[in-house]
Amino acid sequence: MTAIPLAQQFLNLFAALLLLIAFAMLSQRRVLSLIRLFAWQGAILTLSIADSAWLTHQPHLYYSAVLTFVIKVLILPWLLHRLIRRLNVVWDVETLLNIPTTMLVGIVLVVFAFNLALPIAQLSNTILRNTLGIALASVLLSFMMMITRRKAVPQVIGFLALENGLFLAATSTTYGMPMVVELGVALDVLVGFFIFGIFFFQIRETFDSLDIRHMEKLKED
Amino acid sequence: MIPSLLPLDVVLLVLLGWGTVAILSLALPARLALTLVFPAAMAGSALLTGAGLWGLYGDAHATLILPIGLPGMPFHLRMDALASFFVTLLGAAGMGIHTYAWGYFRTLAAEDRDGFVRLCFFYLIFLASMVAVVVADDAYIFMVSWESMALSSYFLVTTDHEIVAIRRAGFLYLLMAHLGAIALLLCFGLMQQGVGGDYSFASFRQTRLEGIKASEIFLLALLGFGAKAGLLPLHAWLPEAHPAAPSPVSALMSGLMLKMALYGMLRVLFDLLSTTALWWGVMMVVLGLMTALFGVLFAAVQYDIKRLLAYSSVENMGLILSGVGLTLLFHGAGKESVAALALAATLYHALNHAFFKGLLFLGAGSVLHATTERNMAKLGGLIRAMPWVAGFSLVGILSLAGLPPFNGFVSEWLLLQAYLLRPELPQPYLNMTLPLGAAVMALVGALAAYAMVKFYGIVFLGQARGMDLTEVHDAAPKERWGLGWMAAGCILLGLFPVTVIRLMDAVTQGLLGKTVGHTAAQNGWMWLTPVAPERASYSPLILLGGVLAMILLMVVVLRSWGVHGRSRRSAPWDCGYPWQTPRMQDSADGFGQPIKQIFEAFFGLTREIPSPQDAHPHYHSEVTDPLWKWCYVPLNQGVEWLSRGIGRLQQGRISTYLLFSFATLLILLALVSGGAMK
Amino acid sequence: MKASALAFQLVQSLLVLLLAPLFLGWVDQCRAWLQNRRGAGVWQPYRTLVKLFYKEVVLAHDASPLFRVTPYVLFGCMALTATLVPMVATDLPLAGAVDVIALVGILALARVFLALAAMDVGTAFGSLGARREMLVSFLAEPALLMVFFTAASLSASTSLSTIVTVLTHRGFFLYPSLAFSGVAFLMVLLAENGRIPVDNPETHLELTMIHEAMILEYTGRHLALIEWAQGLKLLAYVGLGLALFFPFGMTESGDWWALPGALLAFILKLIFMGAGLALLETLSAKQRLFRVPEFMGGAFLLAVLAILIHYLLGA
Repeated sequence: MTAIPLAQQFLNLFAALLLLIAFAMLSQRRVLSLIRLFAWQGAILTLSIADSAWLTHQPHLYYSAVLTFVIKVLILPWLLHRLIRRLNVVWDVETLLNIPTTMLVGIVLVVFAFNLALPIAQLSNTILRNTLGIALASVLLSFMMMITRRKAVPQVIGFLALENGLFLAATSTTYGMPMVVELGVALDVLVGFFIFGIFFFQIRETFDSLDIRHMEKLKED
Repeated sequence: MIPSLLPLDVVLLVLLGWGTVAILSLALPARLALTLVFPAAMAGSALLTGAGLWGLYGDAHATLILPIGLPGMPFHLRMDALASFFVTLLGAAGMGIHTYAWGYFRTLAAEDRDGFVRLCFFYLIFLASMVAVVVADDAYIFMVSWESMALSSYFLVTTDHEIVAIRRAGFLYLLMAHLGAIALLLCFGLMQQGVGGDYSFASFRQTRLEGIKASEIFLLALLGFGAKAGLLPLHAWLPEAHPAAPSPVSALMSGLMLKMALYGMLRVLFDLLSTTALWWGVMMVVLGLMTALFGVLFAAVQYDIKRLLAYSSVENMGLILSGVGLTLLFHGAGKESVAALALAATLYHALNHAFFKGLLFLGAGSVLHATTERNMAKLGGLIRAMPWVAGFSLVGILSLAGLPPFNGFVSEWLLLQAYLLRPELPQPYLNMTLPLGAAVMALVGALAAYAMVKFYGIVFLGQARGMDLTEVHDAAPKERWGLGWMAAGCILLGLFPVTVIRLMDAVTQGLLGKTVGHTAAQNGWMWLTPVAPERASYSPLILLGGVLAMILLMVVVLRSWGVHGRSRRSAPWDCGYPWQTPRMQDSADGFGQPIKQIFEAFFGLTREIPSPQDAHPHYHSEVTDPLWKWCYVPLNQGVEWLSRGIGRLQQGRISTYLLFSFATLLILLALVSGGAMK
Repeated sequence: MKASALAFQLVQSLLVLLLAPLFLGWVDQCRAWLQNRRGAGVWQPYRTLVKLFYKEVVLAHDASPLFRVTPYVLFGCMALTATLVPMVATDLPLAGAVDVIALVGILALARVFLALAAMDVGTAFGSLGARREMLVSFLAEPALLMVFFTAASLSASTSLSTIVTVLTHRGFFLYPSLAFSGVAFLMVLLAENGRIPVDNPETHLELTMIHEAMILEYTGRHLALIEWAQGLKLLAYVGLGLALFFPFGMTESGDWWALPGALLAFILKLIFMGAGLALLETLSAKQRLFRVPEFMGGAFLLAVLAILIHYLLGA
């Protein structure tokens, strides 16, 4: 076991931390803390990508690490902060969320994801294959976070976290996507975020609230 | 030459003796029956214990063919290590219960002669049929004893048959028992393969069954024995029947009869069936753990003392069955030595459960006898009125809660070790989910402690809730002896685990070909080391000694420093609040409230909460078993629907009935001729 | 060898017994500093103990023998626990009697006794405290067990000595699973020792108190024993945490030359941990009681996740 190189150990640790953050996000009620957690997730993802770049000697991974850092640790959290301040939802707290049950479902998802990843990981011969299960689990967890949230901003954060999970999955199976794809995805995320932001203002104009339950009223009977 | 005496002969002698006394007691006056039946039960139990231990130590496995029964189908009896273990269990745990019953039933004997004599008769028949189940070596006598066990216990449950609720509970029990019995009949029928008329277990052992047929047998056995063991969702009779029965009978049913289901499972799955599949084990582990969790959650919210204990029996049987499942799993994966550990843990827990649950049911019986109250909301403070019962019950709850150095801890410890030992199983899913099983077990154990603190704290501690404690008397001497025997069992089984484990070697050797005892004792009799000393070890004696030494050291040091031992009595402090009434204590409902709140989704909960403006606030909350709604009611409706359909056949014209018979005959003939042509 | 190992055991036992109140005092002092108070000094718990020991015991009229026995049981259990946790040296001769599961069992035994004693007199506060204590513990106890199971899976043993030996002798190795169980363990430590997000050791407000509600009826030497046991429990937990997650600097029993170094390392770690605990308590707010099951459920699930991670990553 001691034969595993240190960088590899760090990679595992980062992956585990990402999962930990995914769970923390699942059980976090405050919007402000969610944004902070999201920034941390981005930071650890950056470290993880940089580490795998060093481990596999793939220089283009360094670029994507830098890209991740700029977009996910600096720009997006800053934008989110601005957004919630402008929307006046800084102290928003979600109510009515049975956290133990949610986390229990989360655990089931993790077991499922791990076992799903096992055969794929055995096929893939990259050194990073162990983290695939974790990446898959964080994708599923973020998805669940989007489902369980009622307020719009946490849902968007869930969406962004989902993208983080996908990114990790991509690095761990194929040593990262081609640069063009990565740039495209990064741009997509940014554009998506702006569109969401515009929507939020519109939603609030219409309903005086960001509670997406109000959207149910739009349904014609 | 005089044939040498064998354990089986002793068992046979006991059976014969009990049968004779049972019949004799019907003709005796009540007082004489009392002084004959229970000492006979005790003597028989002592003999059984001896015979069982003898069978476990010496490997004198004997078979016997009794020329009674149907023509051409004699009764086969056999006593191997597995049977010996259960004979020991029946005897050793039975001793305490019979002693207690001797004292407990004296009031019934004085009041209602006929009822009492009936009880005596069925009591002994019940005991005898349990023993006969264990030594049976063919399906025929097995089923006969299994059914007579069910019937005699039904009559014992309905001792107070004047009460409607008890009759209903008894009926439910009878129904479930027969459902199980049908499944068992089919199970044995499948095993018999349809050749000849040989229903002996010896012939079952020789036939090899594979594939779907073996799985069918497994499922039928699970259904049949699971109905007796209270496996989810077949547990519904347990919390109804146990409270309905007189307490010593509840103790017998919970402590001993439920173990017969375990015996049957082990016999069929490990002895008679030569094959096994991995998913059997998985299914049993999952079902067992679900049952355990379900049982303990419901135990924590009960307010009837005997229902609480009954649900706790469901929990413990769940743990035992998950242990069987674990054994099956490792056995199926070919890891026999871990399987042996799991099996030893399971058997150990069965033995422990017989003792502590018997003890607690007997203690509840004393409470019931002294106060005529089963509702915890009306009890309280009994430790001052009945110190003996309270003291023995304390041992019982500490054992049940799985605390060291008592016996419940040892078996749970061993079972957890089996979970953690985790050899590489062929399925990655299994390797990953087995620790989750350990997590569920840990949760169940902690919840059991919750339920036990509630049970003991509400019933024995605190202030009496509206009851005059001066009129409450402690248990009579014979009852004390019975309770004491059970409590001593709990303590000794907890303190000398290595000795107990060695007893089970013969059983695991017989079923799995591996033993645990030798490795467990490698560091001497004080240290329990199931695998290796550096892997895991536990020494209850040193633990107990350590705690006592620390206390002693403290007392000595304090005394030498001149700390005095003065104390005086005063009114309770309670933050200076002077108007304390007993109603301000937590009620049973109040104590269970957090569990209700957290696991609301599991319960069928109806609640009336008063509004702040109510002049006469009334709080009511009722927990019902959701499985009734999800399982039994639809089943009931289905059966009713079917019978309505069949009712339509009912025309009242004889010619129509004849037509049905005629049609049946024709179809059968066609089938037979079709078969013959092949 | 055997005698020297026994001597080691004895040294550690005495050390923990005497050190426990000091650690309690240190945490309180740190908290006082953080809250801009002068504090009573680190020796205050000793003064309290001595005062209580020499006071007369006042028992409620209806107190049963169970009530009087409980402080001794509590003290015995906690003292044994603190003795058996490897703090300065691994491989203590008596440590084999109690593995991690049994350790959790002893803690549970003490807790059950305390909860029962709280219900004994039959006051409203007593049963309230008992119920809350059991509520907290029924999730904390399995969480603690799962933390231990992760460590046990890492080292293929449930014996605390072996776990610590394996963890120390592997050199620098990152265990992602230990990161999870570390968080879970910290949550359990806070809950089980009546610390801030779950309980407040300084309040007698009926809405919040858990531990204090249970021991309201205790006076004199009984109370002193309980307080001391509480200190031992905290020390045992912190010692466990150090042994599992920062086992560096420990010596093997019988190695007298390494003892001063190990002792120094241990005391430094304790000073650091105590300050950290005080900081954590100052920074966080007391949770509503209804949130506590969520908190503990979170700890339990984190501990379960740790085991899953261990199986996936093999570390």
